Amino acid sequence: MTATIDDHQEGSTRRNFLYIGTGAFAAVGVGCVIWPFVDQMNPDASQKALASIEVDIAPVQVGQAITVLWRGKPVFIRHRTQAEIDEANKVDITSLRDPQKDTERVKKAEWLIMVGICTHLGCVPSGQKTGDEKGEYNGWFCPCHGSQYDTSGRIRKGPAPRNLDVPEYKFLTDTLVKIG
Amino acid sequence: MGHHESNYEPKWGIAKWFDERLPVARMVSDQFIVFPTPRNLNYWWTMGMVLFFFLVIQLITGIILTMHYIPHEAMAFNSVEHIMRDVNWGWLLRNMHSNGASFFFIAVYIHILRGIYYGSYKAPREVLWIVGIIIYILMMAAAFMGYVLPWGQMSFWEATVITNLFSAIPLVGDFITHWFWGAYAVSQPTLNRFLSLHYLVPMILVAFVFIHIWALHVVGSNNPEGLAVKSSDDTLPFHPYFTMKDMFMAIVFLTIYAFFVFYMGNYMGHPDNFIRANPLVTPAHIVPEWYFLPFYAVLRAIPDKLGGVVAMFGSILVVAALPWLDRNPIRSLRYRPWARFFFAGFVATAVLLGFLGSKPAEGWYVHASRVLTAYWFIYFLVIVPIMSKIETKNRRMPGSITDSVLGRHGVIPEGATSAPAKQ
Repeated sequence: MTATIDDHQEGSTRRNFLYIGTGAFAAVGVGCVIWPFVDQMNPDASQKALASIEVDIAPVQVGQAITVLWRGKPVFIRHRTQAEIDEANKVDITSLRDPQKDTERVKKAEWLIMVGICTHLGCVPSGQKTGDEKGEYNGWFCPCHGSQYDTSGRIRKGPAPRNLDVPEYKFLTDTLVKIG
Repeated sequence: MGHHESNYEPKWGIAKWFDERLPVARMVSDQFIVFPTPRNLNYWWTMGMVLFFFLVIQLITGIILTMHYIPHEAMAFNSVEHIMRDVNWGWLLRNMHSNGASFFFIAVYIHILRGIYYGSYKAPREVLWIVGIIIYILMMAAAFMGYVLPWGQMSFWEATVITNLFSAIPLVGDFITHWFWGAYAVSQPTLNRFLSLHYLVPMILVAFVFIHIWALHVVGSNNPEGLAVKSSDDTLPFHPYFTMKDMFMAIVFLTIYAFFVFYMGNYMGHPDNFIRANPLVTPAHIVPEWYFLPFYAVLRAIPDKLGGVVAMFGSILVVAALPWLDRNPIRSLRYRPWARFFFAGFVATAVLLGFLGSKPAEGWYVHASRVLTAYWFIYFLVIVPIMSKIETKNRRMPGSITDSVLGRHGVIPEGATSAPAKQ
């Protein structure tokens, strides 16, 4: 189409506006189309339903520990003895690789709840059962590369960089914990 | 490709560097931007782009659905419900895929009928036509296997009925059928391999689509007048004239598609497929998806088992044979009024056979199916070759495409400007 000079002055601004407007609309449209295809890979409703679990801890005696499955991972729940709690509190924080006070890691001192995955490369440390190897610090011992955790689950020796992770949890009652 | 000179000139240094090593931009420019296309193409020519869209939609939604589907007898049906209820946007993806298959077939039937009406199968487009038929057969294979995957009653029994067709083959029929099933009936091994093959067939299809477009670009598109392109005045560059025409039709098609996806997702399906597959109970009426209905009617019309199978496959083969059945020098049915009359009969036959395929094989439905099946074969094997020899001249045909666009029979109306806008 041959353009006249008038066309060129007005026409180009109007045309530019239309191009940019259509382009913006198309970009939003493309975004709207792409989003479901991306979001479908996110955890679905059945996975999210398992995102929180409620655990009845009434049967766990003092000195006993249980392991529960949460979001596909083991969670250690230990009913600590007073001796273990004192041992955890006596440690000098500045000597720790990942400094954390025991009181920062628990809500009720006798209940230690942590994700049972070694923060080094992901093995499950031993120490939940009586008779298990617990390492020099009386907590947990990871057989893969020798990381050793204390009675608060803090890293004391070995290659792990961080203390055992504490998940989000809440006491619904004295004997019912909701994790996640 | 073809005999056109390439006028592509890369503007930037890096474009030139790449062009010397792998001329992708040149190919895109030559084949889809400047490609000379007959200027008189009407909207019947837009189905190619629509089909491409739906192929992409099916591929993407299909690959995503496979991330959530479980190909096990005990879990397949549940996994589809899991997709519909739990998976983020799962309902949308599933509806897009199932309705996508239906719309893929709507588009392909329009595309094929266009080809028959305008004589797009005639020389020099015979190979293009055959490749198209191969693509159609691959589509049917993919759709058939896809429908089995939800493992509902219709899925299971349609699989049983259709795969049992192999047992009609003399001598080796049973052997082949058991080999195909991987068992002595449609069951777990069948379901598992159907998922694998359902994923594979579209990939083969993509390769044939590439060949289809290649074959088309060697000879160039046909046009509604059926006239050969005589000069560059008869053509327009593909972009923007036909990219925009194709986009417009694609949007119209996608809008109707969206209406089904969002508001009528199950309309084209069968309610019996919401019942879990039960090998011990056959539904009262087994019906395939709508796009298979005409062939189902043909299959059931012939009282002999092997005869029915031969007729069903034969009905597609006669369509494939068109370039050799019809050698009338006039391409487009626009200029062959008698042939057009019989063609209308053929379209009506196909639609009626579709209707009959959805009915039980009883009473007058059977008689009607037999009459219409007979007409199908008579049309291709008798009528078309006879019409090919008569009606070979039409004085009303314009001399060239440009003549037909500017005014019928080469008479240019007052006030018409001489040349179209060209870039």
